[in-house]
Parts: sequence; C-alpha cells; structure tokens
Amino acid sequence: MASINPVRQEILLSPKDWFVFLSLAAALLLNLMLSQEDGEVWVWLRPDCVALVLLYWCLNQSQRVGMSMAFFMGLLMDIGNASLLGQHALAYSVMAFVALLVYRRLCLFSAWQQIPHAGLLLFLAQLITLLTALLAGNPFPGWAFFSASVTGALLWPLLSILLTIPQRQRPDPDAL
Amino acid sequence: MDATPRFFRHGPGLLARLVFFVMLSLVLMALDTRFRYLPEIRQVIAMAVYPLQKLAYLPSVLYSRLDSGVFVSQSLIDEVAALKQQHLADRGNLQRLQALEAENIRLRKLLDATKQLENKFVLSEILSVPPDPFSRKAILDKGSQHDIQPGQVVVDDAGVVGQITRVYPLLSEMTLITDKDHSVPVQSLRNGLRSVVSGTGASGVLEMRYLATNADIQRGDVLVTSGIDGVYPPGLPVAQVSEIRSNVTNAFARIACVPAAGVDRNKQVLILSLLPPAPEIPVEPAVPAKVSPAEKKRGRSGVH
Repeated sequence: MASINPVRQEILLSPKDWFVFLSLAAALLLNLMLSQEDGEVWVWLRPDCVALVLLYWCLNQSQRVGMSMAFFMGLLMDIGNASLLGQHALAYSVMAFVALLVYRRLCLFSAWQQIPHAGLLLFLAQLITLLTALLAGNPFPGWAFFSASVTGALLWPLLSILLTIPQRQRPDPDAL
Repeated sequence: MDATPRFFRHGPGLLARLVFFVMLSLVLMALDTRFRYLPEIRQVIAMAVYPLQKLAYLPSVLYSRLDSGVFVSQSLIDEVAALKQQHLADRGNLQRLQALEAENIRLRKLLDATKQLENKFVLSEILSVPPDPFSRKAILDKGSQHDIQPGQVVVDDAGVVGQITRVYPLLSEMTLITDKDHSVPVQSLRNGLRSVVSGTGASGVLEMRYLATNADIQRGDVLVTSGIDGVYPPGLPVAQVSEIRSNVTNAFARIACVPAAGVDRNKQVLILSLLPPAPEIPVEPAVPAKVSPAEKKRGRSGVH
C-alpha cells in the first residue's frame, strides 16, 4: 500500500470538532471582512475562503463535514453577504457533492497535485452562483468573476498545510 | 435499544442528499425572490451571523476611529477650518430657510393646503458593502432596535444613497440606488419633466429608461426626487444626466446618469423617517380605502 500512496505515510490524528468549527467560522469571518470599498481588483481576486475550507474538510473528513454543513455555511454566507437566500447554499452543497464523489481518488494526490482539482471544484461553485444570479435577471459580471477560483486554487497547498498542522502527531519525547 | 454502535453509518445516499439540498435551496430562493415569506428565517440565521459580522467589521470601524481620533494631523486642522467656514455659511442659509419655512406654513394655511412634514432622521454608519457582484447593497449599523423600518430613505450630504430593504435587530440592509432592482421617481430641475431613474448594477451609473428620443432632456440636467411615490420626500438630489445616446432603431433614448450622492464613498449617512401614508385613491369610488393594504404597498413601492 505504501508504494501506491506515498503521500500519506504518516498517520494523522482525527481533528477535534472544535477545530473544524473554528476553521469554518474563521473562513466566514475572512469572507465577511472584505468590503466592496477595498477596490475592484481585490474584490475579484479574493478567494472564497468558506468554499476553500469546506472543500478541505469534505475531501479529508468526509464522514464529518458533508453536504449538510456546506448547505448551512451557504445560508450563513447568504445572510452575511446580503445576497439571495439559498444562492451560496446551493453552490456549496453541489460542490460538496462532487467533492464527496471524488475524495477517495483525490486522497492519493499531494496538496500540490490537488491544485487543479480544487480549482475545478471552486469553479463549479462559482458557476452555480453565477447561473442562479443570471436566472434571477442579473447582468453577466464579466469573466474576471472567475479569477477568484484561480486564486483559491493557488492558495490550496497553503491551506492544506495550515489545516493539517493540528492533526500531526507530536513526536513522543519518551520514544527510544 | 441497540447498544452496540453500528460500524458503518448509512445515511441517505449521496444522490438523495444532493437532490434534497438542491430542492431546499431552490425553494428558499423562490420564496425569497417571489414571495418574501422569509423574514423570520432570515432573522434567526442573522442572529447566528451577527457576532461574526460584528467581529469582521471591527477592523474597518477601528481604523476609521483611529484615523479621526488618534492621528491629529495638519489635514485634520485644515478640515476643521473648512468645516467651520462651511458651518457659518450653512447657518446663514438655515436662518433664511427657517424664515421661508414659517412663511410657507403661513401661506399654506391661507391656501388650506396639506401641511408638509418636517423630516426626522437617524445618523448611521455604513459598516460594509458586501463584495457581491450581483447586488448593490450596504450594511448599516442601525436596526429595528433603533426604530428603523424597511422602506426608509437613506441620504448623505449630497443626495439620495438608497433605501432600507431589510431590518435585523441591530443591523439593517440598504439597497443602493445603483442596484439593478432599484428605481427612484425623479423630476428634472430644469423643466419639471417627470421620469424614473433606475440602477444598472454597475457602480456610479444610473439610467433613465423609457424616455422617448424627443424628450426634453439635456446633458447636465439635475434630477431630484419628485415625491409622487409617497416614499421619497420631494426635492432630494438623485443624479445628474451625463450622457444621452439616441439610436434610430430604438424608440427610447439611452440616458446615463451619475448619482449625486457619494453612493460608494461616504461612510456616514442619514436615515430619514418614513413619510406618513399617502391617501390612497380608491379603485371604486363607493368603497372607502383601507389603511392596512395601503401601508403594506407603500413599504415596497420603492423597490421593484
């Protein structure tokens, strides 16, 4: 097995529940922090932190964080963002669905190799948000809208490393 | 009771869960756009988000306080001097206005006309403008605890900024006039031409729709609220016409306007109190107008 799965040689601890919730809350906080007044470019490039963190937990702790959590976080995001209720909820739950379909395969890849997959999943979430907005009669905001999933994908390895740190086993000081 | 925990947990299948959540969110969206049945659900979720929102807006609030409170600089001294001069000039104008107002009331009494109401207002601060490319909204720091109601008009020192559309206990949501679903009935200051100015969804651009190509409108015309909607008090500056393009193939001219107020710039705004309900013109002359439907309708009439 080790030759098939060279990435996960160390056995990770199961993350604490509070850590999962804290990371999601922190992501929501980061999302709410950005205001449109910060400038147009920054608004387009900003990754959707909630989608990123949800994706991480869906891929790595799929029995704990799934579609219901994604849906709930989407609702919170909709209220905080003053957008249509259910817009982010729909996007996040579909993204979580695809993530749950492919998580067994993606676990074989290292964080770097997961970048394109993460990008594609974030793109999917954005596409659904865009489609619902277009259906509601909004004008197309321009292709720059999708640059957020590119920056999100580029941040993926960093996020993976950050969220994996608390799950690492501490070296036992009494070990021989 | 089964004491041993099951080794494999089998919930509903993946696809079933997907269908459930997709249906649920579609229903929520439909209810939210078409029926607006969801204020209670929104209130509950909003209470859960509120602490996070408060925390998230803290840096910007702190920054603006620090900016004005701690760093006393030359620019601040200049600003105070300019403001003092402005204040003097405004005081002069205000005295004239008071005299005029008294005269107006006297004349109106003579004419037996309806009394104009004085405007009360609440000072408020824009906490955040959510970076949603599909809606132009802002979050204000006053809510139903401060007697804010949906439908109240928000202005700054230069003109109309938007309208309160949703109220939470401690925050409220304002739809900016640049939102694509927002319209303001206006009147040209030059010739009194009445029309409607709508948002386009882009920041800093408004448009006048459905004005014939031969309508008397010029570049630079100042548009103020006409007050016929019973929501916006008359005479507030809204926009200035910036560009007129008439196309032969089109029956209507494309008229772009620039908002008068600093819709995307100002932090401090005033929330005006609601106007008293306008007397509704009865549809059938025999049936007297009821109060409650009129009130319901009035609360929404600004946002279409």
